[in-house]
Amino acid sequence: MTVERIVSETKDQFPIGMRVLAVDDDPTCLLLLETLLRRCQYHVTTTSQAITALKMLRENKNKFDLVISDVHMPDMDGFKLLELVGLEMDLPVIMLSANGDTKLVMKGITHGACDYLLKPVRIEELKNIWQHVVRRKKFDRKDRNNSDSQDKPHAESGEAAGIRNADNNVKVNKKRKDQNEDEDEDRDEDGHDNDDSSTQKKPRVVWSVELHRKFVAAVNQLGIDKAVPKKILELMNVEKLTRENVASHLQKFRLYLKRISCVANQQANMAAALGTADSSYLRMGSLNGLGNFHSLAGPDQFHNAAFRSFPPSGVLGRLNTPAGLGIRGLPSTGTIPLGHVQNSGHSSNDLNKLQSFVPGNHNANILQGMPLSLELDQLQNNKGVSHIGELPAANSTSVFPVPGSLVDARITGFSNNPILGVTSNSLMLEGSSQQSALHASNLRDGVSAIGFQNGNTLSDFASIDPVSNQLRDSKSDLQGQAASMNRNAGQIMTSVPQEWNASIPTNGAMIQLDQCLDQHNSIFHRTMDSDSIGSMSFVDPLSIKAHNSAMEPSVIDKEGYLMYQSRPQGNHIPDNVGSLEDLASAMMKQDQDNGKPAYGNFGHNSYSHRTCI
Amino acid sequence: MLGLAADRLRADTNRLLAFLFHQGILDEQFLQLQQLEDETSPNFVSEVVNIYFHESEKLLRNLRSLLMDKEFSDYNKMGIHLNQFMGSSSSIGAKRIRNVCVAFRAASEQNNRAGCLRALELLEHEYCFLKNKLHELFQIQQQRALAAAVRYPMQN
Repeated sequence: MTVERIVSETKDQFPIGMRVLAVDDDPTCLLLLETLLRRCQYHVTTTSQAITALKMLRENKNKFDLVISDVHMPDMDGFKLLELVGLEMDLPVIMLSANGDTKLVMKGITHGACDYLLKPVRIEELKNIWQHVVRRKKFDRKDRNNSDSQDKPHAESGEAAGIRNADNNVKVNKKRKDQNEDEDEDRDEDGHDNDDSSTQKKPRVVWSVELHRKFVAAVNQLGIDKAVPKKILELMNVEKLTRENVASHLQKFRLYLKRISCVANQQANMAAALGTADSSYLRMGSLNGLGNFHSLAGPDQFHNAAFRSFPPSGVLGRLNTPAGLGIRGLPSTGTIPLGHVQNSGHSSNDLNKLQSFVPGNHNANILQGMPLSLELDQLQNNKGVSHIGELPAANSTSVFPVPGSLVDARITGFSNNPILGVTSNSLMLEGSSQQSALHASNLRDGVSAIGFQNGNTLSDFASIDPVSNQLRDSKSDLQGQAASMNRNAGQIMTSVPQEWNASIPTNGAMIQLDQCLDQHNSIFHRTMDSDSIGSMSFVDPLSIKAHNSAMEPSVIDKEGYLMYQSRPQGNHIPDNVGSLEDLASAMMKQDQDNGKPAYGNFGHNSYSHRTCI
Repeated sequence: MLGLAADRLRADTNRLLAFLFHQGILDEQFLQLQQLEDETSPNFVSEVVNIYFHESEKLLRNLRSLLMDKEFSDYNKMGIHLNQFMGSSSSIGAKRIRNVCVAFRAASEQNNRAGCLRALELLEHEYCFLKNKLHELFQIQQQRALAAAVRYPMQN
């Protein structure tokens, strides 16, 4: 194992000297990435072509510890490269992209990426990537131990992953994890030498195309259900291949298969969601999606027990109080620590369960900037709720240092939005979607001033000139939209308790704001700078107003709308774009009505705050 | 006299940078670039920025030719160029440009050709502005280097 070799040779120096292969077709980013990596004292090799990268890796897979690759490359899809590297070389791969779209990130996860970074990459994030190397080594070892002692349970758990019952999954995964931990402790007790020697005894196998083909043939012959490593090994009849090698490769292969079927299911789910709010359909689709997704989560990718992504109520709950916590984490669209995400449970979506879960997460850090996306799967028990925000939990590292006041502000934010979070499109909390909303509206308004305010973060987002006539025009549209959304939402929201309803807009709005703010703060852990903090206070009166006003539904619609901006529901978008100005003007009116000069000072700038929201 | 020139140049640099940051044209990513510049890579910023300019011009040309095409329908292809432009712009710290790219992307996702065209124009405008300003910055820095060299002549 290369890492062990490094460790033994330069024990104190790892992660210094870690060998990284960087792949990106964009020369600007490649040069920047290379320089940043060198600054972290890694040993860097770069190439702008995925094909070259594969060649280098295949030549000598022990030459590198980690691969960082861009998602969009002309000669080969980044995900494909990711898959191949994972299957053939079992190296950790980090994906890199300018696009932090949830679907893409999800794709990264399902293809086995151990992390997904957003451009611009910051050096702080790169300083930590060595953890993926260590983690993978540890889990590889654990997997082998696991497969040593539990051949059948291993196979069963692989199957269990496909089982629709989420509870089982949680138990199985937990059990495996516990066993892993136990075994790991035993090993540790034996002493470090033993660890080294035992891992040294298992040289990494290169799964060449030929070898993989034999493997697949053997698996097909046995039948995927009955394929156990021992039998596969016998069928393959390759020297020097151990049962452990086969076992771990089998696991990856299963993930690959599940992912393929999962993708198909998810597409069906998406189609279903877009088409109708029919709960039974969703439930049906969701079972598959969930089950598959579970299986996708191998232990080496998800290890955080705190993560609960699925139960819709859970998500909503999370959006609520811990939403405060979560939201803190959410804003940054920087690193999305996939390693921290654990696919544990599509557990039964009892609200109670969630309730108990939620408080538990108070200390946990939960949301680390993963865009909130609504999954259909989670709807199993909750009729009609078509989406669930999926919030990957961070591990025990604390949530970002967002001042408590900000959190409070967020929670007090928006009132019930029965519509928010409900329609079929996922809740895109990425900054880009917010921005796109804002910018789209800018374009519509013909305003060209983008970010022409002061250096305030919020001002980055399109100053929208008060185009009042457009506001009026779009107002009726907005109402119409609200009505239709209401209709759709009505059924969906009935089963969700009121407090959950309240939480969604809070989450959404806050996250949007955070997203806006954090566009400026690309560092994940960075405390909000004074500008952002200052601007946050602007939000409060706004949100409180939203809470109070009769304009509420439209305000919230706007919020909801903003979140769905990037969804393919083209028909909504153009109409709603105007609604930003609508909101702005409504807010202004209210300000004046209430006699609150909150925005008085800002004049032109005030629109920019609003647009962020 | 030379000392004054150096001071003035430094003031000019600071003023220009302050302006660019204040206007939201650049963000702290640019600062990161500057921090990466040291003795081992003395011209890192100008190197990266020049590569960025070179690539960006290609991308902008591609985008324009795509949009100008009467039978344009391949929003995907446009999205790819756009994505690259967005990635490199944000890596440089070109905040305003990146924001316009986001809007552009939104318009593109809606298959809104008119919106895309508007965004492209805005993009070209912002890009030209940034390029001018950064050229100015590099010029000042060059002058500073010269001024410093004159003050402290290099011993061969």
